[in-house]
This record gives sequence, structure tokens and C-alpha cells, in this order.
Amino acid sequence: MIAVVDYRAGNLTSVKKALDHLHADAIVTEEPAVVAQADKIILPGVGHFSATAILEQTGLRTAILHRIQQGVHFLGICVGMQWMFESSTEAPGIRGLGLFSGTCERFAPRVKSPHVGWNSLTCQDGSRLLRGIPSDSFVYFTHSYSAPLVEATVARCEYGGEFSAAVEQDNLFGVQFHPEKSGAIGLKLLENFCGL
Amino acid sequence: MLTKRIIACLDVTAGRVVKGVQFQQLRDAGDPAELAAAHSQAGADEVVLLDISATREKRATLAETVRRTARQLFIPFTVGGGIGSLDDATAVFDAGADKISINSAALADPSLITRIAERYGSQAVIVAIDAKRANGDVRFEAYVRGGRTPTGRDVVAWAREAEECGAGEILLTSMDRDGTGAGFDCELTRACSEALRIPVIASGGGGSTQSFVEVFQQGKADAALAASIFHLGLHRLSDLKQELQGAGIPVRWPC
Repeated sequence: MIAVVDYRAGNLTSVKKALDHLHADAIVTEEPAVVAQADKIILPGVGHFSATAILEQTGLRTAILHRIQQGVHFLGICVGMQWMFESSTEAPGIRGLGLFSGTCERFAPRVKSPHVGWNSLTCQDGSRLLRGIPSDSFVYFTHSYSAPLVEATVARCEYGGEFSAAVEQDNLFGVQFHPEKSGAIGLKLLENFCGL
Repeated sequence: MLTKRIIACLDVTAGRVVKGVQFQQLRDAGDPAELAAAHSQAGADEVVLLDISATREKRATLAETVRRTARQLFIPFTVGGGIGSLDDATAVFDAGADKISINSAALADPSLITRIAERYGSQAVIVAIDAKRANGDVRFEAYVRGGRTPTGRDVVAWAREAEECGAGEILLTSMDRDGTGAGFDCELTRACSEALRIPVIASGGGGSTQSFVEVFQQGKADAALAASIFHLGLHRLSDLKQELQGAGIPVRWPC
């Protein structure tokens, strides 16, 4: 069972719909007890980094970290991926999971913000999440803050500078873009994750 | 590279797509779910469903139409038309929309933008502005109620206020050009685009490939809404994208 974590930040309908389309056994939940039973965890998220504070208050953070330590596959989407880093200048008082080092920062003033639309990926070979997805594939982004390039970066994107579009390390996966809104390419990525 | 978006717009009333659609390859030319999926297949970057129902009775079917349309659509999906409250917006989001578009209600009460943005994020809130050229102190005037009522508001000033209230994008329609096929109003589009940090979607007047090239290059639009050209047939969409690519406009092609 895949737990899609609901932390009341935006709209989870489209993530669930994409998983249903792939015939994945997924449930949307805000219960730490359900997360503790999950075979896989997806943390979607649109909106403000501060929305992740509720994960700490509800015990979801502890449940997620515990499950990650047990080796369960985890996928963070958009703010869900940013939360895997240490922090974000969007909400300096809120700590991320710190699974990857670095701070998410706002786009430089010379480019429009938010970064909205279809942009191309530069992918690294050997990624399990991006299997069958070639470099220069287009995916849909909508965000004002972005994560730095790190050792775990498996896809980069360029917008006023390069940032991490996808990260992957052992059982940890994150994407800044929205696979549930990125047409066939996005469905392929979710299928890859479900099949891990 | 961030690409320029071509957005397909479907006008619906009582759950059916209206306007002269000529998609011979479709079983049912008036079904929004089928048309939206066909547009996505043909290369549209997003789909907008605009409810133009004049009555509440006809609007009652909207949530079901949105639900059916969203089910098989895996690109961004916006719903607009008659959304006047946070509850209206919630019903449409729950049915599967990714973004909502609000117009008259936002001008009447800009705090509605903020309330929807706080709940669903700015990326989910598009403020639609119907603009008409004017001859007074105001260069472009905002109209509401389907373009019937002038407001006296300067379009660029209103767009700035909407941005400050939390709008994620502006859908800017030139009433002077809408339905003419004479090309987008590039001056209007550019004036808004240069005044804002959020993306501007140009609408009204699109026809030839050249009109799209102009609105991206001269109008500095981030996206363009194409309604009438899609009624000519789906092949025009892939042609348009290839021609734009040939003209040096970054587009999502092949996709």
C-alpha cells in the first residue's frame, strides 16, 4: 500500500487520480498509524514551505522518518521534495528532514517567479526513478523556491540558474516538478516509483 | 529551457462544449472529457474549461463535468466561469481541477483571491481580466460580467493588485480582438507582462502562427490561449507547435 500523505497543503486529487490510473494501491491519509504500515510513501505538496510544520505537530514527521529508516521507498513532490532538504528561506523557522544538505532558495529577481510551465530535464544515467525517461524530456513545474544541486541530483533544470529537478539516493526520491501533471513522462515516472 | 505554453480552451454550457467544433475524428464533438483528452494527445500544454452557462440550473452540472474531464487528463487543468466564493472554488478543486480562474468576483472582492490562495496555493489561482482599449486617462479598461460592464479600473493597476493579493497567473483577454482572428493585442499583453512577476496568459485574437509568434516575442506573453484555432481541427495544434519551434519560439515539442 502506498500512503499519500495529506498535510492539508493544497490539492491531492490529481496525485491520487494518477495513481488510480496506474492501478496502484494508494490511499490518502493524515494518520501516522497508516504511514507506519505503508510499503511506500508519497509526500505531495503545493504551496508554502511553512505548511510542512503540521507534519511535525501531528507526528507524521516521526512516522515518515521511522519508515524511511526501515528502508521504505519515499517520494517527495514539489514542496515535498524541498522538505527533504535542511530548510528553505521561504520559512526559515521550519526545519526540513535534512536527508539532503542545503537550503531551498527563491529564484533570482532577474527571472519571473513563480517558475510556471513545461521545462526540460537534463538527466543522469542510472536513475531508477527516471528509467526510460530521456534527457530533454519536458515536465510541468510550478514553484517559487528551488533546491540546490547535490550529490543525489539525478535531473537538473535551468531557470535563472540550475537547480535540482530530481534527487535519488537509496530509498529516497524527490521531484520538484509535478509528475501527476506531466503527461506520459510523468506517468512513466510514477509507474517507475510504484514498481520499485 | 522554459517553454511558451499553448493552452486549449473549451467553452461549456450544461456539460457540453459549445462553439463550432469540427473534430471529425471524435465520436462526440461536444463532450468536454473527450475533447480535453484529444487536445492533450495533440500537444496542448494545458486545458481550460470555461463554464459559460447563463443560469444556475445549467451550472449545476459543472462539478460532474469537471470530474469526468479530469479523470483521464494528466496535464494542468483549469476551470473558470461563475466561481464567486471559496466554496465554489472548493467544489471545483474537489472535482479534480488544478487551478481555478476568477474574474468578476475577484474585482468585486479582491480578498477572495487571497482566501483561495491561502487554502490551495497561489499556483492554483488565475485571475482573468477582460480588457478593452479606452480613450481617457485609463489606457486599457477592465470589464466584468462577461464583458458587459465597464469598471473604470486600469487593467495594469488591477493586475498588479491581483498579484499582490496572491494570484498565480493572469489570464488577459483583449475584448477588442476576441473572435476576430486579427492577432493578439501585443501592446496590452506587454504592458501587463512587464508590470508583473507572475506569468501572463494572452487571449483573444489568436489565429495565424504569426499571431502567436508576435504575442510571445513582442507581447512577452508566457502562454497563449487558443480557442478558435482548435475548432479548425486537432492537426492545427501540432502544426502550430512545429511552426513556432521553426520560428525560434521554445515550445514543448515533441511531447
